[in-house]
Amino acid sequence: MHTSIFLEFFKRTRNRSTEIIEKVIQGIFLILGLITVGCVLLITVYLVISGIPAIKEIGLIHFLFGKEWASTAAEPKYGILPFILTSVYGTAGAILMGVPVGFFAAVYLSKVASKKVRAVIETAVNLLAGIPSVVYGLVGMLVLVPAIREVFHVPDGASLLAAIVVLAIMVLPNIIKVSVTALDAVPKEFEDASLALGATPTETFFRVSVPAAKSGIAAAVVLGVGRAVGEAMAVMMVAGNVANMPSLFQSVRFLTTAVSGEMAYSSPGSLQRNALFSIALVLFLFIMLINATLNFFLKRDKEK
Amino acid sequence: MNRMRKFYIGFMRGAMYICTGVTAVLVLFLVGYVMGNGIPNISWELLSTKPSYLSGRIGILPDILNTVYIVLATLMVVLPLGVGAAIYLTEYAKNKKVVSVIEYAAETLSGIPSIIYGLVGMLLFSNNFGTSLLAGALTLVIMNLPTVMRTVQESLKTVPQSYREGAFGLGAGKWRVIRTVVFPGCVDGVITGCILSVGRILGESAALLFTAGFAHTLNGILEGLASPGATLTVALYVYAKEEGEFGVAFAIAAILMVLTLLINLSATLVGKYFEKRRSV
Repeated sequence: MHTSIFLEFFKRTRNRSTEIIEKVIQGIFLILGLITVGCVLLITVYLVISGIPAIKEIGLIHFLFGKEWASTAAEPKYGILPFILTSVYGTAGAILMGVPVGFFAAVYLSKVASKKVRAVIETAVNLLAGIPSVVYGLVGMLVLVPAIREVFHVPDGASLLAAIVVLAIMVLPNIIKVSVTALDAVPKEFEDASLALGATPTETFFRVSVPAAKSGIAAAVVLGVGRAVGEAMAVMMVAGNVANMPSLFQSVRFLTTAVSGEMAYSSPGSLQRNALFSIALVLFLFIMLINATLNFFLKRDKEK
Repeated sequence: MNRMRKFYIGFMRGAMYICTGVTAVLVLFLVGYVMGNGIPNISWELLSTKPSYLSGRIGILPDILNTVYIVLATLMVVLPLGVGAAIYLTEYAKNKKVVSVIEYAAETLSGIPSIIYGLVGMLLFSNNFGTSLLAGALTLVIMNLPTVMRTVQESLKTVPQSYREGAFGLGAGKWRVIRTVVFPGCVDGVITGCILSVGRILGESAALLFTAGFAHTLNGILEGLASPGATLTVALYVYAKEEGEFGVAFAIAAILMVLTLLINLSATLVGKYFEKRRSV
């Protein structure tokens, strides 16, 4: 009797303490789970807070559509239109060059290549994806820039064209990998039906498999856009970094390189540095837009 | 078959072969060029000394050590966070909305370019406790969090539901189930996450430039984390762009290329190993 009461009491307290422990642990995991959300909020808030002052001081219209950037001049000018246009043109150029190559290579890998060939080329593509961007920059600096100078007879090869070529190579693995995944997921029945109706394999791949995988391929392209817009170091090494309006053979500055190029030289709290944060905010908004597009395509893929 | 159709087929086939060929040649050229220029410049002296202005030598030992320190520090912080977040998502979260918000946040994080991480890291960490490897490592933690979270999440999804139910049926509490059933199941996710993170950290430069700085001082790990330092990639950038030391830059590029290859290889091997073990 005595002992059983004691046992009962012991059991209850034990249950209560395990319950508390369970609650505490659940709380800890909840906090860990919400950490990504916290990081996104933190980044957004920090960028907005540090980006707004300069935009206010310069004026939104002058900032976004000003054609001249001269942050260290006696009468400083902070117009980032050259950077925005350079980023847009550079990315568009890289996509125009990279997507066709990546697309055809992806169809080949997914549909035509034998297992062995596919394994070898996929290893190569993975290597391409893993090479640090500074290595691309280094090779671009020493091979591409002199080559452009020689071939096109321009005084300096460090130009928008060099950046476009480097970016095209850098987005290539992303485009290939994501497209291959999408093409692999096309149901075999689609292709069988097409073949049975008398289409040749090549026709089947491009007229049946590719349309069936179009959301995934679109996602691959958008992912490539994101990578090209956000790339800083490789571009910094080959584009020359002068704040010109974009032109193929001229030295140009992207949104990313505008931020990193002057950051080391600007003094904290100055309008120059604050303007750099504003550029980062603009870049961030671009990326968010691209992310939203990417999600749209991925979601559409999932729903099907 | 009419001519149009024949032409279409020939054209598409040709395009496929040419584009795949271009990709392959590109990789071969990059590997050959970097290795060819890099390997002759690698010497024991380069690997084992620090740069000295007196003798004009350049050594990359500090940069190698800095890279190791920053990798260790980042992994030490990001692993618990990533594993915890993944466990929350797969084991605890019942509200679908919360899950989708967290996953959306992770996707957003993985899409943010590294230069923006660099800026935010500078504002958040470097401005508070100085430009240092630790500030760089914490920036990299945010960058790699989604990767680790996703790989661990994937591996947890493969732990059979019946294991959990069995443990619950034996009277185990939630925490006990997680400790004894779920944790062992996420080992492969943790390892893959580690490998992918190491790869990303090795290649990262824009996020480290303003957070970890570019000093080449030789330090122990604790001192090193508290003081600024360049990792291999940042050192490559500085030597190539600012100092024009292309020999050293190529040597570092060759080392990075080999490491990238090794990392890709081990990721594939680990994936295969666990796949085989699971199917048994």
